[in-house]
Amino acid sequence: MSSTLNPSSTVGAKRWLIAGIALAVVVSMFSAQFNRYHLGIIIDIGINIILAVSLNLINGHTGQFSLGHAGFMAVGGYTAAKISLVASPLLPPALQPVIFLFALLAGGGLAALTGLGVGVPSLRLRGDYLAIVTLGFGEIIRVIVQNMESVGAASGLKGIPKFTTLGWTFSLAAVTIYFVTALVNSTYGRGFIAVSDDEVAASSMGINPVRYKVTAFVTGAFFAGIAGGLYAHHKQFLSPTGFDFLKSIDIVVMVILGGMGRTAGVVVAAIVLTLLPEVLRQFSEYRMIIYSLLIIVLMMARPQGLFTWNRKKGGAA
Amino acid sequence: MSQPLLKLDHATIRFGGLTAVSKFSLEVQPCELIGLIGPNGAGKTTAFNMITGVYQPTEGHIHLNGKSIAGVKPHALTREGIARTFQNIRLFGSLSVLDNVRAAMQLHCKHGVRAALWRGANFRKLEGDVESRAIELLEIFKLGDLKDEEAKSLPYGDQRKLEIVRALATRPKLLLLDEPAAGMNPTEKEELMHLIRFIKDKFQIAVMLVEHDMTVVMGICERIAVLEYGIKIAEGTPEQIQRDPKVIAAYLGTETEKEEPADA
Repeated sequence: MSSTLNPSSTVGAKRWLIAGIALAVVVSMFSAQFNRYHLGIIIDIGINIILAVSLNLINGHTGQFSLGHAGFMAVGGYTAAKISLVASPLLPPALQPVIFLFALLAGGGLAALTGLGVGVPSLRLRGDYLAIVTLGFGEIIRVIVQNMESVGAASGLKGIPKFTTLGWTFSLAAVTIYFVTALVNSTYGRGFIAVSDDEVAASSMGINPVRYKVTAFVTGAFFAGIAGGLYAHHKQFLSPTGFDFLKSIDIVVMVILGGMGRTAGVVVAAIVLTLLPEVLRQFSEYRMIIYSLLIIVLMMARPQGLFTWNRKKGGAA
Repeated sequence: MSQPLLKLDHATIRFGGLTAVSKFSLEVQPCELIGLIGPNGAGKTTAFNMITGVYQPTEGHIHLNGKSIAGVKPHALTREGIARTFQNIRLFGSLSVLDNVRAAMQLHCKHGVRAALWRGANFRKLEGDVESRAIELLEIFKLGDLKDEEAKSLPYGDQRKLEIVRALATRPKLLLLDEPAAGMNPTEKEELMHLIRFIKDKFQIAVMLVEHDMTVVMGICERIAVLEYGIKIAEGTPEQIQRDPKVIAAYLGTETEKEEPADA
């Protein structure tokens, strides 16, 4: 993020957003042509892009180490799934997309509210404390869901309507990328990076660090909730084990590998890390071992992120 | 006399059993250049931290423009017109030089989150204004050519200068400089003295500096306060301070020690 923002270069951003959504919708019309397995992976990629880009706002740009993304995803996913399960049979088919949109926004909204509840007390803490609090939060959500009969408890929530399409997923991925990029690339948004670089200096420059951190956290939680909703209507089945600690770690790895605070890199990392386990499927039982080894090697070889070119090596400062 | 810009009234701060600053009273007039000196550990930086809201005084009051600043957070005090630099440079290292200044300008920006997301014509105009004001400020201090450099890659002297520019971008009424001459060579110190006087005249603000370098302090300050062990032992013009026996004792030891026979 060392590059200076150029207002004239960001003018076209809105056009890119519209182009992205249009492309997603058009490609989605040909979904039937795709192999179902491939289509499933492509949608997984889109969902992971939303998760990684939104976590990047918290962990990358604002420099707060959160391990709670799977928790917010669960809040959004279960909320959206429950709404569709109740509302979908009551309304005519023409209104189904409306239900879906409402369910996604409600899921994102509730996740954002949860983010506010977790963020306001814990974002006053620095560094590792936040990681521990968010880790605990994610586990609390999972345990609550595991014991809630109304959402299927430990046996899971079944029969969620298949609303998620390639068009929905990538339109929302485009919205997420646009939202985070536009937010950070403004005079206001430089505050996120300022807080990440030096909180004390930021506060003496009139920047309220707690406010910026909470804003990043709530925004990130909202999009994680949306991603959870898409996931629920993609897999058509939700189980609490899908939102455990390891899921949060997966997303953190995408952010670190993509280069903290670099949206383009994080998007590429989300794609690579979604494809990798699928490509390794032929090695069956060795799959996860190879996957873990690859991540360790990548971390050692490129700790600054896989796709970070313009940062000087080592740094003389 | 007009109302003082800043007024410390018996400001005291204790950390457990240690009284770091004790009953410190001081008035700073608008557009005044005032120095705060004292031996190491005298409580100068602690006094700065009380004025900027980092620490709350245990006793006593601090008023800015007649308003008490008790309980006001540092970021809110910046809004009221206090800006500072740090003893150990604290720039936003990963941001460019221009964006360091821009980040400090956001507190006077009327356009926030919504404008940033909508990116209308108005946003472009306002962002353009911010940028040109930031560049203008950088050019006054001859940092304009470096605007796209990463802040942490600048040479030491320029980093110190950028920190001052960043503080000025918040449009302060009172600028606090914490050891601005630290680590500078004589030529750089000379430049710094010109710079501080220039800032005071050009921006019409009060400047308060903590400094160990006596050439700098005596050369530019209109008034000096001296702290020793958290207590103000003297206040006056540079000439008065240089002649004050208490100050001499604090820096050089007392007369009796000096007169001890060395020849035995």
